[in-house]
Amino acid sequence: MSSANGFSIVGKRRVRVDALSKITGQTQFADDIALPRMLFCKLLRSSLPHAEIESIDVSAARDYPGVQLILTGQDFPVEYGILPVSQDERPLCRDKVRFVGDPVAAVIAGDEQTADEALGLIEVHYRPLPTIATVQEALKPTEAPLQEYAEEGNIHRRLAYSFGDVDEALENADYVFDDTFFYEGNTHLAMEQHAAVAAADPDGRVTLWSSTQCPHYVHRALAKALEMPAAHIRVIACPNGGGFGGKTDPFNHEIVVARASMMLGRPVKICLTREEVFYCHRGRHPVSMRLRTGVTRDGKLTGMHLQTLLDGGAYGSYGIASTFYTVALAPTTYHLPRYSFQAGRVFTNKPPCGPKRGHGTPQPRFGQEIQLDKIAEKLEMDPAQFRLGIVEKPDRLTANYLKIGTIGLAECIERVVDKSGWKSKHRKLPAGKGVGIACGAYMSGAGTAIYWNKMPHSGVQIKLDRSGAVTVYCGTAEVGQGSDDVLVGLVAEILGLEPIDIKCVTGDTDLTPVDLGSYSSRVTLMMGNAAIQAAERARELIAEALAERLEAPVDHLEFAEGRVFNVADPSGGMSFREAVICAEEKHGTLVSVGSYTPPHKAGKYPGAGVGPSPTYSYSAAVVEVEVDSATGFIEISRVTIAHDVGRSLNPVLVEGQVIGGVYMGIGEALMEEHTTRRLAPKLSDALLHRNPSMLDYKSPTLHDMPEVQVEIVEHPDPNGPFGAKEAGQGPLLPIMPAIANAVYDAVGVRIDELPITPDKVLKALKLKAGGREARIGPKSFPQIDWPEPIFVLPPWEGGDGTASNKPEWRRAAKMHDMDKVTTP
Amino acid sequence: MMRLPDFRFHAPETLEEAAAILADKGSDAMILAGGTDLLPNMKRGQHTPKHLLTLRRISSLCAVRSGSGLTLGAGLTLTQLLDNQSIRKDYTALWQAAQVVATPQLRNRATLGGNICLDTRCNFYDQSKEWRKAINYCLKKDGDICWVATSSKTCLAVSSTDTAPALVALNAKIRLVSAAGERVIRLEDFYNNDGLDYLNRRADEILSEVILEPACAWKSTYWKLRRRGSFDFPVLAVAVAVKLTDDGTVEDARIVLGAVASMPMLSTDAAEFLRGKKIDNEVIEETGRIAAKIARPVNNTDLAPPWRKKVIPEFMSYAFREVRGDDISSLRKRVAHQSRS
Repeated sequence: MSSANGFSIVGKRRVRVDALSKITGQTQFADDIALPRMLFCKLLRSSLPHAEIESIDVSAARDYPGVQLILTGQDFPVEYGILPVSQDERPLCRDKVRFVGDPVAAVIAGDEQTADEALGLIEVHYRPLPTIATVQEALKPTEAPLQEYAEEGNIHRRLAYSFGDVDEALENADYVFDDTFFYEGNTHLAMEQHAAVAAADPDGRVTLWSSTQCPHYVHRALAKALEMPAAHIRVIACPNGGGFGGKTDPFNHEIVVARASMMLGRPVKICLTREEVFYCHRGRHPVSMRLRTGVTRDGKLTGMHLQTLLDGGAYGSYGIASTFYTVALAPTTYHLPRYSFQAGRVFTNKPPCGPKRGHGTPQPRFGQEIQLDKIAEKLEMDPAQFRLGIVEKPDRLTANYLKIGTIGLAECIERVVDKSGWKSKHRKLPAGKGVGIACGAYMSGAGTAIYWNKMPHSGVQIKLDRSGAVTVYCGTAEVGQGSDDVLVGLVAEILGLEPIDIKCVTGDTDLTPVDLGSYSSRVTLMMGNAAIQAAERARELIAEALAERLEAPVDHLEFAEGRVFNVADPSGGMSFREAVICAEEKHGTLVSVGSYTPPHKAGKYPGAGVGPSPTYSYSAAVVEVEVDSATGFIEISRVTIAHDVGRSLNPVLVEGQVIGGVYMGIGEALMEEHTTRRLAPKLSDALLHRNPSMLDYKSPTLHDMPEVQVEIVEHPDPNGPFGAKEAGQGPLLPIMPAIANAVYDAVGVRIDELPITPDKVLKALKLKAGGREARIGPKSFPQIDWPEPIFVLPPWEGGDGTASNKPEWRRAAKMHDMDKVTTP
Repeated sequence: MMRLPDFRFHAPETLEEAAAILADKGSDAMILAGGTDLLPNMKRGQHTPKHLLTLRRISSLCAVRSGSGLTLGAGLTLTQLLDNQSIRKDYTALWQAAQVVATPQLRNRATLGGNICLDTRCNFYDQSKEWRKAINYCLKKDGDICWVATSSKTCLAVSSTDTAPALVALNAKIRLVSAAGERVIRLEDFYNNDGLDYLNRRADEILSEVILEPACAWKSTYWKLRRRGSFDFPVLAVAVAVKLTDDGTVEDARIVLGAVASMPMLSTDAAEFLRGKKIDNEVIEETGRIAAKIARPVNNTDLAPPWRKKVIPEFMSYAFREVRGDDISSLRKRVAHQSRS
């Protein structure tokens, strides 16, 4: 029977549908697949950071016993890439290598060891090119850019927008805060290394099993790179052992094994080593930031100018979208009357950056939330109270035309203030102990697809038959977040069944309707809405048949507890299986479909496609720390976090996502650094990943994890399935700045860059003791020639969402491309 | 998956048999104890022995003998050490050190002898062969430049064993057995401050046991600096053993720093300063300052070298406060993630 909230499944604490097979080790991940006659592939990777490939001699490797096939860049004439505007990758490099780890050749052999040994026999002759190791080097003019299509030199792209006259807003403010920050890059560190198996069939088709978050995008990339019809390719997303954005690009190794399998007529497998996963990367961009924010004496924001500069690494990946995301979502939390930004991305000879949990938004959020802490102190206001005074209102447009629906941010702040004992702690704890607060917001799915189209973003299909079995099909990938559980739970809710009664088939391009993939926190919302539609249509089919049989109006039929009955006569009716038989008798073979397309975006200016979402989730966190003033060590004692998830479909999953976000946030705040090491330039051009192993890339252990108190806040949004919003990415956002603010509360030093390591804390304490500014962080923001901003009037100044200046033709064309861009 | 290169595997059942194999194969052979360090290193091509000789079948290497002191077989796993109550009581530094090596799973496998002989570590060396090829290798293996300090003539790889500093502080001796005979030496003489040639061990010798003197009035402690509460190798270690008179005066002391050079560094100056004094806060501070002078951390481990040097006196103070009897269990829990000591 329905519980207090009116649902029977939704909101109930349930063991997720795939839990038992996972904890007993029976889930089949990509690397668990073993097919008869399967071969193994290993990739030879560049040992130089930047070079032209002059020649590759594969003869010795080809003759090595056990080797079946060698592939090089010559075997792959077509470029690919995740975004239509940056098709800059090849499965194997042909003319140039751009970072240590760029794949150059592939060996396919009877076993992995043989393939590995044969790699050592391939001779590549390179002509070295200058190493671009830093953003500063990338900003210098160059004759030989890393990527030919870069906007200027090694500057990939620059953006400039102004939503209202921000200079005027800052002039009219009582105070203007001008702060610079730096956020170090870091990587996803999913437990499962990328793996893929390809199997060609004799008819000329090929199937690829892969640990991918986006089977649909891999499908498209394979069709392009292999120059064959997508209809002849099947991509199956295996359950992922974690993704966090690291498996959202189509990858070179996937294309290589597909081609190899087609050439050899045998299955080919690849499983990357952990070191290779660090080279795939696509993780958090290192970002330099400057925020100029105007405030009034009574604590209202008048305007903000945000500048960001991203170190993109060697390829485009999602980079243009990442760049937009460092600026697009800043206005979603607090009311900003005017807003402008300049954002840029450069190419360097490093593993390419891309989307990681929070995609582009944790970096400016880090800066903004620390700056708010500084503002509150200056205004002598409590930082929580100050934030409550500027929280954005529900159902309105932001200055950059993002449509806010429900917003539970104020309740999130109130809940963490209450549960953490904030009022008795902030500025009141003994020296060395402190608390910090910060907030965040995130999209529940990007409003635009990666490629421009008018089709649904998610499709769900339900098959029912006389056995009473219900199978639900969707193109999503279960990446560990629990999307299969959401899918099954929603269908079960509507059909009055238990999750065990429903099978789901997901992430298979032959069998399942298209869903764009497990990125941008879109799955619960988009798949969920499509699933509800499909389930309601299935219910209608059954109800229509039963209405005749039970002689009851359709809307009097109730589906509950595995039965269908007339609400006026609950003891009558029939079992769900009998009901399906009635429906099959009436309609013939039963199937229903549902699909979801996000609402239209409100902004009409070029570039307005990045940022809009059907609804935004909100989070607030209070972190309590203890700082050792003798060593600088930081211990996180407690985290209290509230997350507005709209509606909690399965609280166990929501809490898991929130705690996972806290864990990742602690790692980013205190230790994680995805960095490279430049050797003495006089002696070497080398530029290498500093720590490509799970021992040396520091990520927290169980010992480093504090107690986390999770408060689920529910402000159901009409655009969400039963009101649900995302939980996978948003809860990460407040953690890093809350830690920085807590460190300030504890020992009075500002660490304006991540990670906050003990040596930085100690250095800042020394500055403080010497009477100097107790701050560690960048002193300035790099000098860049920005383009003239696109000017858009905010809604409350009479704007209609269009740009009021007319950018020159060339730029308009480029920005039109941006409209086709979105993402995680 | 990274794979092991080919080798011939030998599994002798007696020490004599093992010594005979080593005498025959010489430097073509390497000894495999727990394998927790050697096997991953072999996968990365840091070692390519033609012969691998496991000690695991030699039961005598797992013996614990007590007499006037304590003799520990080199084949004891670290977990076995931790289960030994007399080590915990009388040789606290060793017990504490063993408890913070790597992770529980690795300690179930890793041995005392293996940890004493642990290969020196360096961020330019503990990498895959492909990675090292991209820097044209280094002084420690296959190359001719030390990338940590390009003017350095010697390899600066870091001694990263936890048990050795503790054992040097405890003035332990070790027995080395070969086909030609055996010798007993002080553990501190087993090491060279050279990352490449860090052990005074002949290729035919097997470390068979560790010999500890009677604990008597000695008290000892071990403090490890690492980034996280598990997994990590030390980036600074402080091992202290003191012999106190009834009124708390230091009769003798042995003060050792780990992970700040290519060998455990015994600070005789600090010990000399301490002798005849009571362990008050001023004495602790000065001892720490003196001991820190012998540390030469360089940029080839986790965390910044100047910071690693700067916190030595602080870590030294933890050690001395603990041996003089202060209750610093909460500090130990926080710094070392050790709830038992």
